[in-house]
This record gives sequence, C-alpha cells and structure tokens, in this order.
Amino acid sequence: MTNPNPQSGSPDKEPASEAQAAQNALGNTERAEVATEPDRSAAKPGPEPEPKPSLGRLFLDNLWAANTFTVTLLSLVLAIVVGAVLMIISDPDVLSTYSYITSRPSDAINSSWTLVSEAYANLFKGSIFDPEAFSGWLDGANGWQAVLAPISETLTYAAPLVFTGLSVALAFRGGLFNIGAQGQATIGVIMAALAGFLLPLPPGLHLLVAVLAGALGGAIWGFIPGILKARAGAHEVINTIMLNYVATYFLTWLIVQNGVQDPNRTDAISKAVDTSAQLPRLLGDNLRVHAGILLAVLATWAVAWLLNRSTLGFELRAVGANPDAARTAGISVTRTYILIMVFAGILAGLGGSNMVLGSTASALTPLVVAQIGFDGILVALLGRVKPWGVLLAALLFGALQAGGNRMQSYSGISLELVTVLQALIVIFIAAPALVKAIFQLRAARAARLQTSLAKGW
Amino acid sequence: MEPGEIHALLGENGAGKSTLMNVLYGLYQPDEGEILVDGKPLKLKGPSDAIGAGIGMVHQHFMLVPVFTVTENIMLGAEQIRGGIAGFLDRRRARREVTEVSERYNLRVDPDAVIEDLPVGIQQRVEIVKALTRDVDLLILDEPTAVLTPQETEELLTVMRSLKAAGKSIVFITHKLGEVKAIADRITVIRRGKTVGTASPEASRDELAALMVGRNVRLTVDKTPATPGDPVLEVAGLVVDDDRQIRAVDGVDLTVRAGEVLGVAGVQGNGQTELIEAIMGLRPVLAGTISLTGDRINGWKPKRVLRAGVGYVPEDRSVDGLIKEFSVAENLVLDIYDRPPFGAGLALKPDAIAASAKERIEQFDVRTSSADAAVGTLSGGNQQKVIVARELSRPLKLLIAAQPTRGVDVGSIEFIHSQVIRERDIGTAVMVVSSELDEVIGLADRIAVMYRGRIIGIVGPDTPREEIGLLMAGISPDAAHDAIAAPAADEPGAATAADSPGVADGSPANDAGSASEDEA
Repeated sequence: MTNPNPQSGSPDKEPASEAQAAQNALGNTERAEVATEPDRSAAKPGPEPEPKPSLGRLFLDNLWAANTFTVTLLSLVLAIVVGAVLMIISDPDVLSTYSYITSRPSDAINSSWTLVSEAYANLFKGSIFDPEAFSGWLDGANGWQAVLAPISETLTYAAPLVFTGLSVALAFRGGLFNIGAQGQATIGVIMAALAGFLLPLPPGLHLLVAVLAGALGGAIWGFIPGILKARAGAHEVINTIMLNYVATYFLTWLIVQNGVQDPNRTDAISKAVDTSAQLPRLLGDNLRVHAGILLAVLATWAVAWLLNRSTLGFELRAVGANPDAARTAGISVTRTYILIMVFAGILAGLGGSNMVLGSTASALTPLVVAQIGFDGILVALLGRVKPWGVLLAALLFGALQAGGNRMQSYSGISLELVTVLQALIVIFIAAPALVKAIFQLRAARAARLQTSLAKGW
Repeated sequence: MEPGEIHALLGENGAGKSTLMNVLYGLYQPDEGEILVDGKPLKLKGPSDAIGAGIGMVHQHFMLVPVFTVTENIMLGAEQIRGGIAGFLDRRRARREVTEVSERYNLRVDPDAVIEDLPVGIQQRVEIVKALTRDVDLLILDEPTAVLTPQETEELLTVMRSLKAAGKSIVFITHKLGEVKAIADRITVIRRGKTVGTASPEASRDELAALMVGRNVRLTVDKTPATPGDPVLEVAGLVVDDDRQIRAVDGVDLTVRAGEVLGVAGVQGNGQTELIEAIMGLRPVLAGTISLTGDRINGWKPKRVLRAGVGYVPEDRSVDGLIKEFSVAENLVLDIYDRPPFGAGLALKPDAIAASAKERIEQFDVRTSSADAAVGTLSGGNQQKVIVARELSRPLKLLIAAQPTRGVDVGSIEFIHSQVIRERDIGTAVMVVSSELDEVIGLADRIAVMYRGRIIGIVGPDTPREEIGLLMAGISPDAAHDAIAAPAADEPGAATAADSPGVADGSPANDAGSASEDEA
C-alpha cells in the first residue's frame, strides 16, 4: 500500500501543474501512512479482484497523470525541432550544402538556419501577428484589417475544430471512442447546407434553423452507433468508422443530384447557402472570422457545465469511469451511452455547419468538411479531453493551419508539413515517457504509467 | 511435500489458496518468505521458472486455445521445430508425445480432437497432459472439481491416484470436504491467508469444517433481541442465472421482516450474489416473485428499487460500490445525485453536495483528507464507510448488505456492524449476506444458509457454528444434526459461548502461509 492511488485526481480537478501534481502525490503518501494501520488487514484477505479498467479509462488516466502542462509544451518544442529537420531534408538546395559540410560547415548551418527560421517566422506571421502589416498600418500603407488578418484566419480554422474536439472529448469522458466525428460533421454539413439553400426563411431565423439542422444531422449520425452500442453491444469504434464512409459517399452522391447541384456548374458543387443563413462575419467582409468562434466558446462553456455541473454530466462521468458502479447506483448505462453519442453528434454536426455556413464558398463540395472530424480526435487528446483544454488545442491547430498557408506561399514549405507537425505533437503527447526522457525530467512516474498502458493495449 | 503424495489445501473462497499456488507457479512474487525445492530456496520469476523446477499447474479456468487441437495446445509454448532454419512445427513428434503420456497415465485423450468440442472433464485432462509433457514432478490442481460433474470428478480422482502411483506429487486445492477425505494423504487448512491447521484424512468432516470456517475468531456485536414486524421483503420461488447462463439461484424462498436482520450464510459462489442482484433489479428474474412491502418488484429497474427505499451495499465495493476516480462527496450522492437537494432539474447543486458530504464524513467517521479527495485514495475500511454512509443516509425500508466488511479493518468492522444494528433498531428490514460465518452469527437474528442456489436451512443465531458450517458444506440439516451428535447441538447458546471472544483480525501477517509450504 505504498501508493494507494496511482491515478490521482478526480476527473474534473486534475493537477494543473507539475508542482500541484507533486503536492497531491505528497498528500497521498501522507494519507497512506496514516491509513497503513487499518489498511493492513484490508490488503490481506484473499485476492480482492481489482476491476480491470477499460482501455479508454487507462488511456484517460495516463493522459492526465503523465501529461502535465510542461510535457505538452515540450512536445510542441520537439515537434518543431523534428519539423525543422524535415524542412532541411526536403529542400534540395539546403541539403546539397551538407555534402561539403566538413570543408565549409558555415554554408550548411547558415542555409539551414535561414530556411527554418523563415519558415517558422512565416508560420507565426500567418497565424498570430505580422509586424510588417503592423508597421504598414502605422504608415497608412494598409488598413487595420491586415493586422488582424492572421488572428482572423486562426480563429476561422479553429472554430470547427473546437466543436469536433469537444465531440470526441465528451464521448471519451463517457467511456466511448467517437471516431465518427467526421461522419457526424459530414451529415451536419449536408443538413445545414440543405436548410441553407432550400428553405426560404427570414434572416436570423434562417441562420438559426440552418445551424440547428446541422446539429440535428450530427445527432442522428451519433444516435445510430449509440443505440447499436446500447441495444446490440456493437462496438462504437467500428460503427462510427463505417458510418464515416457512408456519410462521405452520401455527400458525394448528393451534391450532383438535381436541385442540389449548382445549375451553372458542371463540377461537383452544390448551390450556395443563402446569405440569410450564413454566419455573420465579425470583423467586416474582408476578414473571414465569423460568429462560429463565438458559438464555439459558448459550446465549450456548455460542455464544461454539462460535464461538471449537471446531473447528466454526473451520469456520463460515472458511466465513463465505472459502468458497473453506475449501474448499481441506478444509472441507466445504456441510456447514457445513447445520450453521449447524441451529444457528441450534435457537437460534431455544429462543427460541420461551421464549414458551410461560415466558409467563403458556402456550398457543398466533396471536401467541404476537410478533416475536421479526424483532427478533432487529435484536438481532444491534445486538450486532454477537458473542454477548455480542447478550446486551447483547437486554437493551436487553427494557428498551425493558418500559418501553414502563409508558410507554403512565402517559404515554399508544403502545407503537409503542418499536418506532420500536428501528428508529431500528438505522438509526443501520447508518449510522455519519451518526452520526459529527452528532456531529462523525472521519468519514473511516467514510465510506470506507460507500462500499465502497454498492458492495457 | 513428499514425492508421490497428494496434499490437499482446504479453505474457503478468498482464504488465499489460489494466491499461494500462484506464488508457487511464479505468477505472483512473494513479499516475504521463501520456497524450498529439494531443500534449496527457489526464486521464481515466472511460470517458465516454475516449469523448469518441475512444478506444473492446472488452473481453475483452463488456459487452452479453443480452436486448436489437443496436440497444438500441448505444443503451445514449447513448440518443437524440425527442418532447421525453415522452422516447421514438428506436429508428429508432439502428437507422439501426447499419445505416449496419455497412455502411460491412462488419461485417454485424443490428440487430434479440437478443444472446443471436448467436454470440460476431458479439457481438464488435456491440461494435465500438458503439464505432464513438461516433465513436472509436482502438479497443482486449482479447484479442479469446481467445474466437473460427479462422474467426471470420480474419473479425475482415479487419474490422480494413477499419477500418485507414478511418483508425482499433487497439490489439490478445494473447499469440498468429501473429495479431500477421499483422496488426500495430508490436509492443510488455510484461512484468511494463514495456515490454521494440518490434518490427516481420518479427521472427521466436522473437524475439517470447523477448521475451515474458523472458530478462534469471534466478533461480538452488542444488540438487543429483535422485535420483528411485518414482512418487508418476500421472495418466493426465485430462479436466476449467472453470467454464464448457468442456474445460480434455484428456487429460493425467504422473508425479511421489519426490524430484524436476516443473515445469509454460505460459501461464496452458491448463488448469494445473484440472489441479491435479482432483488436489486440488476439481474433478470427467470421465475418466482420478489415483493417489497407487498409491491411486486420483479423487473423494476435498479433506480426504481433504490427509490422505493432499498439500501444496497454491494459485495465488491471497488467494482460496484464506488467510482474510485470520483471524490468522496460525489460518491456519497452516487445514487441520489438527481434528487433534491443535490440536483434540481438538470443542474447539480455542488454546495448541497459538499455540505451533506461534510456532515456524513463526520457522522460516519470517514477518515479522508477532504471531501474532494478521490475515494480511491482512502483505505478499504473508509471506502466501505462511504458506501454505508451513502446508503444509510436516506429513509430505508430494506437494507441489503453484501460482504459489508470484507477487506475492512477491525475498527471499521465494528463501526459498520453497529450502524447496521442501529438501522435494524429503527425498524428497517436488514439482509446481511456474508461468507464470514462470524459476521452472520454476530449480526443476524435468523440465519439462512445457501448452498447451490437453494436455502438449505434457516436456523437461529444460537445454532452451533459447526452445524452451520456443515450446512454451508452442503450437508442437510438432519444429517448435520446427526453428524454433530448429541453433545452441543441442543444447548442453545452454550456452543457459541464456548468460542473465545478473541481478537477479530489483529494478526498482521500471512507470510506463514507461503513460508511453511516447504517442498521436499
């Protein structure tokens, strides 16, 4: 009984920092010492069967216990370093300087530094702040919009990711893997677009209906795996993945149907959503940022409230943490599973609505949803499946994408590098022991947790 | 152990038999003590070390691949390879070995049969053959008869005799007295992780039963005689299956009245768990009726049963009773979180939850650093107090407490017992299910003994424990009476008073068990 609780921290109050985690750990050992006396008999009689935690539970525990803010930050740094190496390798000119690195090392170092620093500078300028635009504004060369353009882009990319990230995170807290945010978002996009160009409604109401239609679409697509899981025991991972395909191909089929396809076009694009159903732009017509980001913040707050302050969230967390105990306490596990998937679907569907009601084209194309569902999984993990964490993670991913666009056009670095960066960040997050080993942090704790995860898999 | 000896390890479920044997087989590491083989201490890092040292084990649940043939299963983990680098499996040689071994010990196993087609008894023999092909001298059989029919059991005993004749030693783990007497050369009784005695097979059944359930430990619970009122819980003809669709409760009738404690005694696994789960609405009722103060509650959802005024302390707190990651405060409202004052509509009332948590932590003496601490950080006894506090904090008609003090320290046991009696005294019907006979005797006003899904007898609390022990072992009341003979049986109170009211669980260690199990 030296460590009575390897997975410390209640779900909604995890240690915010290393220091606090250490303090908690200290508290635990103190308690353990106090409790040793009566505990001894508790440990002895027979093998008390520990409930075998589910894979999801293990993953969650590891995510929380081993990943402090520091590790998240260091994962970012590591990803940026690996990204720099990739840039150097993929640039033939720079790479050629390495062939004579022994005779003139300065060539290689200088050219690499120029390449990498410019690329990352562009990433920053494209996503957060561009000093040139700022000085241009002071000189009167360009308007204030140019100064806010990077932020606007970041927020535009981030908004749908907040929704899909919340969708995945919410399901995860209830013990379900929602791999289907992509499909739910796809159905959401379809419903939102159809409501957007088929229904003749007054402004305001039209937008509301279109957004709700998107949510409804997602809800339906979440309900299906939910009820299959609850009633037939079908695993939600398989069903959500399959439904992703169904949704994607339904979308490609639907676009070219009469009444949906844009009559003036031969390629696969639908009619545009009426302006009355489009999300209003927040900073004028030249900047893309739209009200979706406000909805996203609202949704984050709502999910946080739902999880921590509502009876439904209590049920959801209880079922996610220990379905047996939840059932014994009178909570209907099957009903909760269905509700979780419906809520997850609603969130993903809202993310989908953002893609068509807030985008420049405002029409359905086969790629209208992009990868927001799958990116949502990464965002949820990076945000450690906490609502506000998800919001921050989505902002980071949004920034990477916005900056990646500029990096591509100014530095000639392929946009795919951003995807690689995103993936690397998440890989490092998922392997805290690696990060800690690289940075010589106390790795023992993480390593131990890691083995438990390995067993779980 | 001597070569060619059959050594029976006798004890109740959870007494530590299987743990001990898992240590011997290298699956668990001993915390203290050592294992001696041929006088030399042995360090086992895993089952392969154990096999190397000549120890083989047949687990209670077979470790066979159902879609493989007998030969393939026996090869598994010790595959013979021919053809050098190409590494073909040498099935033919393995098959020959299987045939040879099974003939030598008269085991009659078809090497080409597929495991899933074989009856359980034969599967077990495959396990034995598997161990024998690894050249073991000591064979551990972990409750081998638990899954067998009487005929298969008989055959197994024959096999064991022929193995013994061939000079193999066998450790035979069980809690069935009859088999032990039939086959064992020496008997070691284990209770609560300690060796409590060694006996020869000539010892009488009741001697063994007494050793098994223990007589040196007696918990006294201060209570006044019960004043039973109207029936609260009535169960009639109840039939329930377990998870494997095997009949677990087979026609149970019982009544619990207001203001009395009905104790349900029995060796674990005789249907007690399923009985309770059926009452709580957690398990489908196949036949019979359950009524609560006259209302038929079959088919009610757990929530409705709880709402109707039933308190439930589940037998496995870490699985069913608590959510370890949740705080103490949250666990205290686990089944009333949506009721005023803790929930209003969709919203939780954190202040009300915190306030009531504070009150109950004090009232039930839960030792925790704060109400916000995760309940998993508490000691077993305090975790159990959280459950008891939760269940007793609302008005109850019926309290069902299953193994209420398992894995709980002495202080908490007394506290929990006194709370249960207090609940009885305010007129609640109480049903206590425990495999600890002392607990049942201490708490109950009437004792129902369950055996193989039936109530085999209902006796008063003053019944001698030996008699109850025999009932628990499946010997029916009349036979039990005969077995005990005249001396103590008919003197109410005398027998129980004879038991020393000694310490409950003060003895700290169980290292005696693993250390004393020397291998000769």
